[in-house]
Amino acid sequence: MSLTLKNISKVVGGQVHVHDVNLAFENGSLNVLLGQTLAGKTSLMRLMAGLDVPTNGAIIVDGRDVTGVPVRHRNIAMVYQQFINYPTLTVFENIASPLRVAGLSKDEIEARVGEAARLLKLNQVLDRTPLQLSGGQQQRTAIARALVKRAELVLMDEPLANLDYKLREELREELPRVFSTSGAVFVYATTEPTEALLLGGNTATLCEGRATQYGRTADVYRNPKDLTTARVFSDPPLNIVGMEKRNGQLALATGKFDSVETLFSRLADGAYTLAFRAHQLRFNRPSGPSLQFSGTVAVSEITGSESFVHIEMPSARFVALASGVHRYEPGTDIETFVDPADIFIFDGSGRLSGLPSISPIVR
Amino acid sequence: MARITLQALAHSYRAAPTKPADYAVQEATHIWDNGGAYALLGPSGCGKTTLLNIISGLVNPTRGRVLFDERDVTGLPTESRNIAQVFQFPVIYDTMTVRENLAFPLKNRRMPAALIDSRVAEIARLLDLTPHLNRKARRLTADSKQKISLGRGLVRPDVSAILFDEPLTVIDPHLKWELRSKLKEIHRKLDVTMIYVTHDQTEALTFADKVIVMSEGAVVQTGTPEDLFDRPAHTFVGHFIGSPGMNFLPCVIEGSRAIVSGHVVQLPQTYPVVRGSKVELGIRPDFVQLVPAGHGIPVRVERIDDLGRTRIARVSLPQGDQVAATIPLGATVDSNAAAIAIDPSRVNIYVDGFRLTPEEGKI
Repeated sequence: MSLTLKNISKVVGGQVHVHDVNLAFENGSLNVLLGQTLAGKTSLMRLMAGLDVPTNGAIIVDGRDVTGVPVRHRNIAMVYQQFINYPTLTVFENIASPLRVAGLSKDEIEARVGEAARLLKLNQVLDRTPLQLSGGQQQRTAIARALVKRAELVLMDEPLANLDYKLREELREELPRVFSTSGAVFVYATTEPTEALLLGGNTATLCEGRATQYGRTADVYRNPKDLTTARVFSDPPLNIVGMEKRNGQLALATGKFDSVETLFSRLADGAYTLAFRAHQLRFNRPSGPSLQFSGTVAVSEITGSESFVHIEMPSARFVALASGVHRYEPGTDIETFVDPADIFIFDGSGRLSGLPSISPIVR
Repeated sequence: MARITLQALAHSYRAAPTKPADYAVQEATHIWDNGGAYALLGPSGCGKTTLLNIISGLVNPTRGRVLFDERDVTGLPTESRNIAQVFQFPVIYDTMTVRENLAFPLKNRRMPAALIDSRVAEIARLLDLTPHLNRKARRLTADSKQKISLGRGLVRPDVSAILFDEPLTVIDPHLKWELRSKLKEIHRKLDVTMIYVTHDQTEALTFADKVIVMSEGAVVQTGTPEDLFDRPAHTFVGHFIGSPGMNFLPCVIEGSRAIVSGHVVQLPQTYPVVRGSKVELGIRPDFVQLVPAGHGIPVRVERIDDLGRTRIARVSLPQGDQVAATIPLGATVDSNAAAIAIDPSRVNIYVDGFRLTPEEGKI
């Protein structure tokens, strides 16, 4: 099936939950909704499911307008953040429950449950009840039940948020393969950029009820079209610094240029925001031109393989992410550098400014 | 502030425990230094929360003693232990202002008003709560409420220890960065023993000076983030720390030679003779490189995951073992790559899960 949202808005009690969203999801696609809490992810999913009716706009499934068609008349499966299973039923019966409701034959039920259980590595625990399972197994049971229905649309609302870190890692790896074997449209909401990247597929970035960008996940990450998208899709947080150009002269809110002024020559006069990600702020001076930022270390965090160094600048706070162990005492003065090719330049309205002199923009 | 000693401590939730599997916390002795920042890290069910609850007095251990410095507190209720606690969800008074919330633990102990004022002001400043001091707590966002909760835990100057139980789980990723680095700054300024329970390796590794990794009720390793990354004491730690975790390749050890899939890896150190056990070579994905066929251990490249800032190659050995290799930023992948090279200086050898100490030379 294909799912199209046309100019969808949802206003509740004067508050805008979803604003003029246009998205088209293709048959067999995995689509991530990425945004912070209250960005509109759940609201959008409820509209897709038919649990809520949009204030404006239309929801089109395979060319047919289904706006206002309630969820029970549509072939939809949902998985929530909380593990929802029938506590008194075995894992087998939990997975089989939608098939029993649909009145499928015993053989067909056995075959489908067996297939879903194999895919989600539940075959060893089919005769247990949910309370005898780990959290990961409980959520896998809920996912298996969603898959076994062979729903056209599978909506997953932060399904891994309540799971342990390592289990999440495992399921994130498995899920894309699980998805790719089914022809359904999958929609997956998360607050975490890393999760979106691990899942792959397509990503729509959401902020304050708006879909700011939609495309291949890695594309949206590398080529955000505006500042909001870049912020939503950065973890650690995006480093940003104000820049002004007046009569051809450049002024940075903090930091200085090292022979890069000519690279900004095509920019018109005005106010800009320079932005770059944590791993692009470096401790070693690049061989070519660079932007330099001097600050003091607020705190350095070491994970064993990587270091996150938080740096106070005169009018900003940056995070640098470097591989290896970089231990700096708080208060240490530090020089950091950014390769101009790594910088996004956003104009006064937050849109990405084309920079022909730095091309191609590849990150 | 206090040094915390857990002496021959064990706990079982069963009435008559007999075998090790009956214990949620296996018997062991641990000494945690005064003023240290410790993290208890492990998957759910590993016993970390039980251990924390024994320290706070919520759980009375089956065996052993809990000492704060020289004082035996085993059996004392929580309120007699002089500790502060922060939980996963905000614990605050909705009808009080932020200031009243922060002052409450001090007022309760009849501290002089001047001390209360200065202490509240300091904590509010550290947590960026100063602008909200006179607002009612219920008017704040969930994130701010959790900040108040943290503040209430941090405000008392005289506590033996501050215990944190997954305090950042409900916080949005972007704010997690901020709060985590704040906690670390605060630990430096306040110089108090902090014990932090989490299943999130990034939180544990970045917060703590010493991380205590637990599995199935036992502490498998206590060490700095570098220890856990460079020299995991057990395959569990190698797997649990790092994302993806350490690779384990079946191998044969002959002195300073490790033989993997018939390919010899010359190691910088010599190992004692091992027989009849499961021997594995442990290597982090960061130290595995994809190379052209004939230049290393032959593999098949299964797929390449694009994680934005790095890419991970998933390859398999002829016998089917899976190996992950990090592809550095900016590096190109040779389409003929059909082998992996291992950095011998970063290799650890494991026998039946435990790290084998080399005979001579050091890693």
